[in-house]
Amino acid sequence: MAIPVAFSASSSPTCTVLPRQGLPGILGSPRPLQWTKKERRCRRKIGFMVTAKFDLKPPPYALNSLEPHMSQETLEYHWGKHHRGYVENLNKQIVGTELDGMSLEDIIIVSYNKGDLLPTFNNAGQIWNHNFFWESMKPGGGGKPDGDLLKLIERDFGSFEKFVEEFKSAAATQFGSGWAWLAYKANRLEVGNAVNPRPSDEDKKLVIVKSPNAVNPLVWDYSPLLTIDVWEHAYYLDFQNRRPDYISIFIEKLVSWDAVSSRLEIAKARAAEREREEERKKKEEDDKMADGETAEMYVDNETDDSEVE
Amino acid sequence: MALRRVSKKSIELGLWHSHGLVREFSTFSLPNLPYDYWALEPVIMTEIMKLHHQQHHQSYVTNYNNALVRLEHALTMADSPTIVRLQSAIKFNGGGHINHSIFWKNLSPVKELGGEPPKPSLGSAIDRQYGSLDALIQKVNAEGAALQGSGWVWLALDKERKQLSVETTADQDPLVTEGSALVPLIGIDVWEHAYYLQYRDVKSNYLKNIWKVINWKYASEIYEKECP
Repeated sequence: MAIPVAFSASSSPTCTVLPRQGLPGILGSPRPLQWTKKERRCRRKIGFMVTAKFDLKPPPYALNSLEPHMSQETLEYHWGKHHRGYVENLNKQIVGTELDGMSLEDIIIVSYNKGDLLPTFNNAGQIWNHNFFWESMKPGGGGKPDGDLLKLIERDFGSFEKFVEEFKSAAATQFGSGWAWLAYKANRLEVGNAVNPRPSDEDKKLVIVKSPNAVNPLVWDYSPLLTIDVWEHAYYLDFQNRRPDYISIFIEKLVSWDAVSSRLEIAKARAAEREREEERKKKEEDDKMADGETAEMYVDNETDDSEVE
Repeated sequence: MALRRVSKKSIELGLWHSHGLVREFSTFSLPNLPYDYWALEPVIMTEIMKLHHQQHHQSYVTNYNNALVRLEHALTMADSPTIVRLQSAIKFNGGGHINHSIFWKNLSPVKELGGEPPKPSLGSAIDRQYGSLDALIQKVNAEGAALQGSGWVWLALDKERKQLSVETTADQDPLVTEGSALVPLIGIDVWEHAYYLQYRDVKSNYLKNIWKVINWKYASEIYEKECP
């Protein structure tokens, strides 16, 4: 919602100046933020300064449509109170700050602050996590994945059953509040802003990770594919202390494997693009070294140096 | 009295180390509540008390004991990787057992001690440091409300400096993880399982109401023991 205020010449509408690919300075390489399309709220009107606000996005189904596996009452509180609260609180926190106008993902990365969490992290992370969680489920969900997703699961976990076992175990053993994730890992050892929980030279792998409170795999530069919320508010009305039962029902009756598959395609495309980018850069550096000239000098090669996408 | 099956078990593992000594190992057990499950109504409903005690606390005790048995074995085998790997389960479940054991004593029915203000020595220490009991309660509630995720909020006594403080710990970390001289006087569980069935997402209402069943007599006794 745009709130017109007197235009100040000293302020810069940063949201319109930032390139769509996010914050190159923080992570080293521009990350195409595939998830950003609906999370970004930034409009500019000539003559006015705009305050960007996040909206509470509804789940892609009615609040009663996951019954009897997840009750309407749970959705009413979980989405209607908890998720809404995170949105309202973040909007209050960012007003008039440098975070105002940034995409949600960028706010998460900046607020993560290499593990020394800034006050906006909890709200920003939780907004993103809950959007992702609602979209990880669907009425009549469950069953088994197919296609590329199933192939990768079988490759990286041995079998679908073993994957399920490992995912359930991660979700059950996240002490305290948090989340369990299936993610696509296509990065290198160094993740810049955080400590990589799975450092290894192998990438383009499916991994299961768990995270406390509001943390999510974006901070490790992984691509999340599926999540389950294991904060107690996610299951206490329906299952009380029986978290393992909740996890089983989630896998058997709620997971939207369609959503997971399309997220995998995006993640693979992102990884491929990043690989091409890195190869291009490597070739440039090799060419420069071969010429024996410094980076500042004109280098005669066929590649266009420009970073403009 | 809330009735429960409680048995103090003593396990002889028959473990031998190089000098051929048998180690005996005592496990922990779930303490009885000093009141009935319904006795804290309407502040904390019966169903919460039952689940909290019989399910959550019991499962901390069970898992704590399991981890200790495995630790005992790993110690005997000098299996350092396992010894180290067990630490998080011990901290979590042992912490859960410690914290909840204190919590049940921190509470008392309204008809008995619940809500009655602290005795003079603790009362005047609170007034000296915080201005008033109300001010302390506001501070505890603010810290409890601000805690993100799961954890506890404490009124602590630093037994070396003889000073009170308000602390928070994450998950089931016991108070001593915030400072080795800290003694818990009052701990309030702000995990969602402590209030969700009754108060839903409004943690602040739980925090406002719980003071009606706080047992200040217990807190005062601990205080007087450390600050005679």
